[in-house]
Amino acid sequence: MELFELVTARTIPDAVKAQAKSSAAQNGADVRFIAGGTNLIDYMKLNVERPKKLVDINGLPLDRIEKTADGGLKIGALAKNAVVAQDATVKEQYAVLSQALLSGASPQLRNMATTGGNLLQKTRCVYYRDTATGCNKREPGSGCSAIGGYNRMLAILGTSEHCIATNPSDQNVALMALDAMVHIEGVKGQRSVPIEEFYLVPGSTPQLETVLESGDLIAYLTLPKMPAGAKSVYLKLRDRASYEFALASAAIVMKQNGGRIDFVRVAMGGVGTKPWRSVEAEKMLLGKPATASNFVAAAEAALHGAKPQSQNGFKVELAKRCLVHALGQASQGA
Amino acid sequence: MDRITESKVIGVATPRIDGPLKVSGSAMYASDHHFPGLLYAWPVCATISNGTITRLDTGAAEKMPGVVAVYHRENIGKLYRVPPSTGFTMIIDEKRPPFEDDSIRYYGQYVAVVVAQTVEQARAAAESVTVTYNKERPNTGAKLLGTSLTTDKPEEKSKRGDTAVALSAAKVKVDEVYTIPVETHNPIELHASVAVYDGQRYTLYETSQAVVNHRDVMAQMLGVPPEQVRVITRYLGSGFGGKLWPWPHGLLAAACARNLRRPVKLVVSRQMMFQSVGHRPAIDQRIQLAADADGKLTAVQQDYINHTSMLDDYDEGCGEVTPFMYSTSNLLVTGGLTRRNVGNPTAMRGPGAVPGLFALESAMDELAIALKMDPVQLRLKNEPALDESLNIPFSSRHMKECLTVGTEKFGWSPRTPQVGSMKRDGLTLGWGVAACSWLAARIETEATVELLQDGSARVACGTQDIGGGTYTVMAQVVSHETGIPVNRIDVVLGDSSLPPGPISGGSWVTASMTPAVLAAAQNAGKALVLAAIKSNGSPFLGKKQEDIELVDGTVRLKGQGTAGVPMTEILRIANVNSVSGTGKSDGTLGASKPKFSFHSYGAQFAEVTWQPEIARLRVSRVVTVIDAGRILNPRPARNQIEGAVVMGVGMAMFEETMYDPRSGAPINNNLADYVVAVNADTPEIDVTFLDYPDYELNALGARGVGEIGLAGIAAAITNAVYHATGIRVRDLPVRIEDLLIPASQSTVVS
Repeated sequence: MELFELVTARTIPDAVKAQAKSSAAQNGADVRFIAGGTNLIDYMKLNVERPKKLVDINGLPLDRIEKTADGGLKIGALAKNAVVAQDATVKEQYAVLSQALLSGASPQLRNMATTGGNLLQKTRCVYYRDTATGCNKREPGSGCSAIGGYNRMLAILGTSEHCIATNPSDQNVALMALDAMVHIEGVKGQRSVPIEEFYLVPGSTPQLETVLESGDLIAYLTLPKMPAGAKSVYLKLRDRASYEFALASAAIVMKQNGGRIDFVRVAMGGVGTKPWRSVEAEKMLLGKPATASNFVAAAEAALHGAKPQSQNGFKVELAKRCLVHALGQASQGA
Repeated sequence: MDRITESKVIGVATPRIDGPLKVSGSAMYASDHHFPGLLYAWPVCATISNGTITRLDTGAAEKMPGVVAVYHRENIGKLYRVPPSTGFTMIIDEKRPPFEDDSIRYYGQYVAVVVAQTVEQARAAAESVTVTYNKERPNTGAKLLGTSLTTDKPEEKSKRGDTAVALSAAKVKVDEVYTIPVETHNPIELHASVAVYDGQRYTLYETSQAVVNHRDVMAQMLGVPPEQVRVITRYLGSGFGGKLWPWPHGLLAAACARNLRRPVKLVVSRQMMFQSVGHRPAIDQRIQLAADADGKLTAVQQDYINHTSMLDDYDEGCGEVTPFMYSTSNLLVTGGLTRRNVGNPTAMRGPGAVPGLFALESAMDELAIALKMDPVQLRLKNEPALDESLNIPFSSRHMKECLTVGTEKFGWSPRTPQVGSMKRDGLTLGWGVAACSWLAARIETEATVELLQDGSARVACGTQDIGGGTYTVMAQVVSHETGIPVNRIDVVLGDSSLPPGPISGGSWVTASMTPAVLAAAQNAGKALVLAAIKSNGSPFLGKKQEDIELVDGTVRLKGQGTAGVPMTEILRIANVNSVSGTGKSDGTLGASKPKFSFHSYGAQFAEVTWQPEIARLRVSRVVTVIDAGRILNPRPARNQIEGAVVMGVGMAMFEETMYDPRSGAPINNNLADYVVAVNADTPEIDVTFLDYPDYELNALGARGVGEIGLAGIAAAITNAVYHATGIRVRDLPVRIEDLLIPASQSTVVS
C-alpha cells in the first residue's frame, strides 16, 4: 500500500468534481471513490490499486431503497448489500437479487459492501492481483498470464486474447436478469445506462470494464416493475458450500401464461468477462412450454460461443447444468 | 510400570485452563510481543523459482522513510549451518541459511530483508528493492512417477515374502496410482519471530512447536552457545507441523536484532506462508493389492514418490502404516524422492500415514468392490494378530472394535453396494469407510513440579501447547497426583529454559509429558513428606518417610483415615515457600529392539450427498471411532478429532497448492484461492473414543490424539464418492470437474 490522501465529499457535485481530475476513470485511476472499501482496500494492500487520493462518499445521501412511481424500485448506490438482501420489497418482488446477494461473500462483508461498489467489483484472477506477473487489465500491454496459466476459475464467454478475467459478482448477474438501469452523475450532468450496456467485454482494452468516465459517480439503480406472476431464482455452483466465488451461476426471471413462457430473462455468472445475459437462451424459451428439453436447448444456446481455456473446459457443462436446473426451479416458482 | 486405573481428574471432561485467556484476547502469542525500540523486518522474496541473482539494488529502499537497514548476502553477517546429525536433535528442514549464495531454488526464497520503524515502511521499502535475475526454467511439475529420483532406485522401506510372485498368481488384484497435490498448512496464526538481543543473549519469541530444538538450531546458526539463546512460545495459533522446525525468517529476525542491537519483529505474510514455511509435498503412490477369492490379502505393495526441494531431502514416509496394517505374507514398500523448484516440504498433520492411508484405504475399497465384498468385512478379515513387519505384539490394538462400533454408530448395515442405489430426500447418498492408524511413542522428557505454601502448585516443562489442550492435561496430571484442584495449578511451558520437553509433533506430547510430570509430582510429594518429618513443630516430626502419605493435598500417617495436615500447613511450619520435584521419562522412539508395536487406530465412516443434475457433492456425515489409549481429557480430545475431520474434508474436497508452470509461484497463495473447508462444509461429526488404556506406553495408558483423526478421512470420503457417483477419484482433491464426467466413462474396477 502506498501513501494516499483521504478527502470527504459533502455533496454529489463535490464528489464528481474531485474524481473528475483523475488520471483515468477505471483501472489505474489516481483518484478513487471509496464506499465500503471491501474490494478497493484489498487491492491497495497488494499495490494493484495505487490511488493518490480517495474520495469518501459514505456521507452522501445515496443509501435509500424506495419504490418508484411506476411500480419499480430505486436502490441507492450506498445501500449496503446486507440491507438490500433483506429488504422486504426485494425479497418479495426481486427474490433473485436477494438470493444472489446472500450467496456472496460473508455477513461481515455484506454489512460493508455497497450496491454501487458491487457493480464495480474487480475480478479475482490471481494474475490481476499479483504485481510480479503480466496482466493487461492491471498494466495494459504487459500480457495475459492467465492464458496458459492457472485459469480454472476464469471466463469462457466474452474473452479475448488479451484477457479472460471473470466478473465475480453475484449481484450483477441478478441485475442483468432484472433489466436494471444504472443512474450516473457525471461532469456533464445525469445520465442513465441500461445495465446491459454498462459493462464492456475486454477486447483489446481489458483495463476498461464499464462505460464510466472520469468524474462519473453511480448514484442509484432502478429496477422496473416485475411482470405480474413472474418468478425469479438465483443458483450458484462452487467448490465449497459458502464464501467462494461462483464457478457457474444463473439468474432467471420467468413468467408463464397458458402453458407457455411469455417472459424470460437469463443471465449467468462465473463464466463471463462481464455479468452475462444470454439473449440467445431467452429466444429459445420465449413462447415455448417450460419443459426440460427446452431448458437443455436454451442452455446449449447460451454456451454456444464458449471458449474454454486449459483448465476450465468443465465450466461449459457445469454452466449448462446450472441453467437447466435454475430454469426448472423458476418454472416451478421456487 | 504401575498402572493408574482410578482417578478423580484423569479422564474427566475439563475445560481448557487457557480458554479464558484466548477468548478474551489476553493470551500472548509470539507476534503480540512488543518492546521499546522495536523495529519491523520485511523480507524481499525472489520472484523467480530457478536461477541466480545478477544484481540487487537496495539504493531506493534505503532512502525510504523509516528504513533503518537493508540486509542481504553481503552485509547480513555470519550465519552457519547446523552440523549433520543422526539423532533426533538439531532438526531443520531448510538447512541453507538465508542469503548463503546467489542461487534461487524456489519462488519466494528470501534475497534481502528490510528493517524499518514501522511494518508499513518496511514492506513498502522491501517492495522497492529491485532484483535482477538470470532466470532458468523452473521444474514444479506435478507428475512424479517416472521422473528422475535423487537415488538410483527407490529405497526399500519394508519387505516380507515376495510380492511379485504373489501378485502374478493372484485371483483378484488392484493396481492403481493415487496422487496427492501440495497442501499448505495454513494455520490462522502466521509464522512470526520477535528477536531481542542484549549484546550477548538472544530471547526469541517464536511460533514454534519445538522450543528446545529451536533453541539448539538457532544457537548453531547464530554461532553462539545454547545458553545464550532462549526461545519462548507461550501460545500457538496452531501449526499442523509447519511450525515444528525453524524456517529462514526466524534466523533473519535474530540476525537483524544482532546487527542493530534492537528488538526486531518479523511476521510472515500469508503469501509467504505458501512459499517458505513448508508444505505437504506432492505424492504419487502406486498400490498393488492381491487377494484370494474369499478376500484374504496375499500381497500388498506400495511404491511412493514425493517431491522435495532442490537442496534438502524430505521423505514423506508414506509407508509408515502399511507394513502392520493388515495381515499378509507378502509385502513391499518402496519410496523415492524427486527434486522440484519448491520450498522445502515438511511434516503436515499425520505425515506419511495420512497420504499413505488415502492410497491404501482407497485401494482396499477397490479390492472390496472387485471381490463383491463389504469393505468393513474385508478389513475385519485381514486383521493381523501381531505386527507382522517386526514380529512383535501390538501394545494395544482394537481395530476390529473400531470398525464394528463404527458400523453400529453409522448405521452401516442397510448399505446397498450398487453405485447410486441409496437415496434420501431426493439426494443420492454415498457411504464410505476407511481404517486408520497413527504411531504412538514417548520421547525423552523432563519436568518439575513445585508445591507452594499458598496451596497452589506449579508445573514446568519445555514443551508447547499447540492449541490441543496440553496446558490443561498437565494440570490434570498434577492434580491427580497431589489432590490440588486444577484451577490452583500454574502450568508453565513454551520456554526453552524450562526442563527439556517433547516437541508438539507426532501426537507424542501427552504420552511423553505425562510420565515425567507424574514422577515430578511424586518427587515433590516426597519432598513435602521430608519437610513434614524433619521440621520442628510438625506433627510428623521424627516419623519414618515410608509411614507418611500425601492424599488429596493433605499429609497423613498411612492407614489413618481422614486425619491429616494440609500441605500448606506443613510448608508454613517448615517456613519454606515451596518444595519441588523433578521427573524424567525415557523415550521409546527409535528403540533398536522394541518389545511392542505402539499405534493408535480408528475407523472413519463418511456419508456424502450427491446431486448429479448440478454436480453438487457435499460431505454430510462422518462417524469416527478412535482407539487412542486412555483419553485424559475428553473435551479437547474430541475437539482434536472434530478439527481433524474438518481438515480431512478440506484434504478430500478442496485443498491444492497450484504452481504457475512458468514462474514456479504458488499462485493461489491466499485463503480465497486456496480453498479450505468453511463452517458450511462441516458435516455432522460423531466421535467415539474406545478409551482402552495403553499401559505399555505409560502408567496412565495415554497416547495422544493430534493426528489420528485426519488419517483415513480422505479415503472414507472418496470411497463414499464412488459409492454415490460411480466415479473413482484417485487424484485429490475431488473436484466438480471430476464429477461432471458421466459415470459410464470413468474407470472402475469391475
